[in-house]
Amino acid sequence: MVDVPLGSTGAVAAPDVEDVELYHPHSWVTKYVFSQDAKIIAIQYAFVALSVGLVALVLSWLMRLQLGFPGVFSFIDANAYYQFITMHGMMMVVYVLTALFLGGFGNYLIPLMIGARDMVFPYVNMLSFWIYFLAVLILVASFFVPGGPTGAGWTLYPPQAITTGTPGGQEWGIILMLVSLMVFIIGFTMGGLNYVVTVLQSRARGMTLMRMPLTVWGIFTASFMALLAFPALFVGAVMMLFDRVLGTSFFMPAMVEMGQPLDRNGGSPLLFQHLFWFFGHPEVYIVALPAFGIVSDLISTHARRNIFGYRMMVWALLAIGALSFIVWAHHMYVSGMNPYFGFFFATTTLIIAIPTAIKVYNWILTLWRGDIHLTAPMLFALAFIVTFVNGGLTGLFLGNVVVDVPLSDTMFVVAHFHMVMGVAPILVIFGAIYHWYPKVTGRMLNDALGKLHFWVTFLGAYAIFFPMHYLGLMGIPRRYHDIADMAFVPPSAHTLNAFITIVALIVGAAQLAFVFNLFWSLRYGKESGGNPWRATTLEWQTPETPPPHGNWGKHVPVVYRWAYDYSVPGADEDFLPQNQSGPTRAAPGAGHG
Amino acid sequence: MGSILFFLSVLAIIATWWLSRQGLASKPWLEQGDAGVLPELSPQPVDPATIGLRVFLAVVGSFFALFISAYTMRMQLPDWRTLPLPPILWLNTTMLVLSSIALHGAKVAVQRGERTELKVSLIAAGISALAFLSGQLVAWQQLTSEGYGLTANPANDFFYVLTGAHGLHLLGGLVALARTTEKAWRVPTTERLRLPVELCATYWHFLLLLWLLLLSIWVGWAGELIDLCRQLLA
Repeated sequence: MVDVPLGSTGAVAAPDVEDVELYHPHSWVTKYVFSQDAKIIAIQYAFVALSVGLVALVLSWLMRLQLGFPGVFSFIDANAYYQFITMHGMMMVVYVLTALFLGGFGNYLIPLMIGARDMVFPYVNMLSFWIYFLAVLILVASFFVPGGPTGAGWTLYPPQAITTGTPGGQEWGIILMLVSLMVFIIGFTMGGLNYVVTVLQSRARGMTLMRMPLTVWGIFTASFMALLAFPALFVGAVMMLFDRVLGTSFFMPAMVEMGQPLDRNGGSPLLFQHLFWFFGHPEVYIVALPAFGIVSDLISTHARRNIFGYRMMVWALLAIGALSFIVWAHHMYVSGMNPYFGFFFATTTLIIAIPTAIKVYNWILTLWRGDIHLTAPMLFALAFIVTFVNGGLTGLFLGNVVVDVPLSDTMFVVAHFHMVMGVAPILVIFGAIYHWYPKVTGRMLNDALGKLHFWVTFLGAYAIFFPMHYLGLMGIPRRYHDIADMAFVPPSAHTLNAFITIVALIVGAAQLAFVFNLFWSLRYGKESGGNPWRATTLEWQTPETPPPHGNWGKHVPVVYRWAYDYSVPGADEDFLPQNQSGPTRAAPGAGHG
Repeated sequence: MGSILFFLSVLAIIATWWLSRQGLASKPWLEQGDAGVLPELSPQPVDPATIGLRVFLAVVGSFFALFISAYTMRMQLPDWRTLPLPPILWLNTTMLVLSSIALHGAKVAVQRGERTELKVSLIAAGISALAFLSGQLVAWQQLTSEGYGLTANPANDFFYVLTGAHGLHLLGGLVALARTTEKAWRVPTTERLRLPVELCATYWHFLLLLWLLLLSIWVGWAGELIDLCRQLLA
């Protein structure tokens, strides 16, 4: 802390920042295509990721059509079904969720929320997007090569991923998938370095770490985790590519294929599982932590209440981030590992529930006696809490070895991870888009359409995934193209599957209302002004909306307070922006959390 | 997965130490900026590129730690046949050490503002790094001609992949070094060269350390050291 000389208004003179040549684009191409403005890069990331998301949505429709009405659609044979599963999973987890939260929201919000003009390495940031785009192109190209995309399942377990019989295993599919992942990771590393170093180095005067909004904390922690976890996938991909292309035996055991012994020996498929899940489990939290952060900000803003237990929220984020690196083998309980390992990993898995539960309690206590506005972003944030608790509770079941072993490879697992890592983060993404769209475009999204979108999506998601838990408990296996002839499957299971499929089609179609809203409101939406939600954080205090390159005009903001001064006793307004000095609070600690 | 967990624990200790100095226990809701007290950011701003390189080295470290984890796990399977190390690796190691020393010299030179010494050291570092890389290619050729090809045994797979990955990282470093060297001729003052030279030196020392670690694993020193530690603990 240092004493700062005060002006007559009690405000500190803002530091002058020299005009930067970069902030003046010279042509349309440098402004909108090869842009080095983090906000444009964010929109590019979001646009590509949402497009990939629509493709993955259609793939899920096709899968559901087969499961709900087996045999009716002749073009969905077993191979096509596995290809749809694989591409749907990989696209959603890596190319949609990771890219949207870190590339999209990270790029847009980090510089604005910490009062920076841009990312610290704008050129590298631009490269990051274009390399991501290349990775997407390589991935999509696998639909058009002989043999089609890989059908190995999104976990790509060897040896089946690279042997005959798996779609794309001996053709191009798996090669393109592995190359695309490697390219993605290179691109992400460039972006991730930017997010981390920008938070460390470019914060505005007065923006201590503990004054940062939780959104920034979430994205910062998740970026750091992703930087350390993605190399595991990279290493696995390199080794599998060698096995597939050059005939090495990293993962390939001695095996007989179609009656012929293969020229391999001794490789360890388990080694790949360790590498994959060393990436795969932190990945769950790479998606969840930004969602946690964003939800905290949405709830605080739309309930006009300071976040409860801000310190605990930060500590819990960090604890979850650290713990998530030592739970990976809970995905491998049925792989035949040492039972003591299972005991260890079950313990660490259950311990993660503690910081996570702290966050849930704090969200609820933030809402307690709040002035809750049921706007579209708030509805999505509230729905997230409910959904995350639901998915988290089934996670406690699956975290125990004795419960996991019988449930493993059933629809119960599918229902669990879709609730916790599919529906829940997607709800946050929608909420965040409804919340920040006015800053990006200067116009509000249509509220009636937004609420329609919300109710269909929210209720629909439960209609899809609740019955799936029941199917799983019944023993319906996952990954099966057709379960028609199994003796233990009652007719009601088929009826339920048909029901789920119909709801999935409706919920998918409802997303078109959202896409329509995005484009319609761009032109016809109500003008929002600079701060439509009357929020405290810095991104709402920019002199212009949407903010130009460089964000702040002549002066970068100076930060006087934390991000959650809502309904402060004695203040004129029910919110005090972070860059506003005074008034002194009536009683110290009155709004504490 | 021992080595990656060890590496991440070291990072966690560094992160905890750093976070403990960031006031994570402060109560931001009680801080009032208008009282005339404004938290100062770090007193001596470090260049973002330096922080960027450090974070990048953490990523590279995690990448190699994972590879070494995979190596130790794969090693325990019965088909593993240890690879004879070609003697040229010792010459290569010397070259890489020389390269690192030369860059350290360049760092000292740029701090003292001696342009000629700087240019000589940068060129020397570049040449010895190239010598290292060509030596690595010779080692590959020798191994292949002696029947230790890529697919013959998993020990060979790992040797080629790890040396290849290390070499590619050095190659990337050489691009940065070439740009810095070119700047040394073009830029009139040494002041603007200070940062790129320091970054190159840090990266080179890291790659040297990494190489020595890999070499110690192949020679068997790392295994002996771990055994010794186990005995001491037991």
